[in-house]
Amino acid sequence: MTRSNPKSLALRGFYDGTPFVLVVVPFALLFGVVATEAGLNVAETMGMSILVIAGAAQFAALQQMVADTPLVMILITALAVNLRMAMYSASLTPWLGKAPLWKRAVAAYLMVDQSYMLGHAKFEREPDLTLSQRLSYYFGIMTLIAPVWYAASYVGALAGKAIPPEFALDFAVPITFLAMIAPMVKSLAHLAAAVTSVVLALLFAGLPYGTGLLVAAACAMAVGAGVEVAMGRRAP
Amino acid sequence: MSMSSVEIWTVIVGLGIGTFLIRFSFLGLVGDRPLPAWLLRVLRYTPVAVLPGLVAPLVLWPQATDGVTDPARLVAAVATVVLGVATRNTLIAIIGGALTLYAMLWLVG
Repeated sequence: MTRSNPKSLALRGFYDGTPFVLVVVPFALLFGVVATEAGLNVAETMGMSILVIAGAAQFAALQQMVADTPLVMILITALAVNLRMAMYSASLTPWLGKAPLWKRAVAAYLMVDQSYMLGHAKFEREPDLTLSQRLSYYFGIMTLIAPVWYAASYVGALAGKAIPPEFALDFAVPITFLAMIAPMVKSLAHLAAAVTSVVLALLFAGLPYGTGLLVAAACAMAVGAGVEVAMGRRAP
Repeated sequence: MSMSSVEIWTVIVGLGIGTFLIRFSFLGLVGDRPLPAWLLRVLRYTPVAVLPGLVAPLVLWPQATDGVTDPARLVAAVATVVLGVATRNTLIAIIGGALTLYAMLWLVG
């Protein structure tokens, strides 16, 4: 392993993040467009992209806002989508947990799928990195990804007004969700959870205030975990 | 959407704070201690448990057609899932699904 100073690790993170720009840009553009179509103004769209930076949860919130779901239920559902980040937080703690509180707070704000996956893989591969080198790498990734996310959301929000209804953008959210879910189904347990979620959500669609979805999601998590135990092996 | 500006900002700020607290949970508050296996197991399935249930009614009963099942949207949804499973690539699945939707709308509509 070469000895690297924090600055070169920041650059390394920046470079390692570049392939993800191809994923982040269309996704953020689409969020901007769909948010505008749903009735959010540019400030609200940007407020969400900057304060939340979590695509799936933002789309989930948007969908339920359009459906006039009560506030509390919108928050519960969208936050449930983000619960996986508690797992990210736990698995980054051995590597970044000794940093000063404010740096941990910034790292938490910038914790997205890309920074977690790249960062965690790098820290495990090179356990000799110092704390400041690890932080440099992690922040290096997000020096690229976060501004790209904000900028593409903004462009999408401006473009959204110009797109006529013939483009059937109502279906952009379902297609995006399906495209995100399909690659996630990587084991029988994931498949069982997804099928449970679909069947129960349709069955309970008539329950008030979006409670049907919560019941379906809770059962689906239990089914996923149960199948994993039954299969006797850990998912990747 | 019939939400007021105050309600919209309540969702945005609430979601921002809640999401930050989830991200900050272990890194900032709980610290470095092993998690019970059952908790990790359940957390692993949250996206795949929430998102399919959210999307299923939208696919079967689209708002744009007032809840009437629409062949074009249904076929586009199936194409998206098939592409997503086959390629494991979200971007390809989105593009393929959108192209299918437009092709179907042009053919059927």
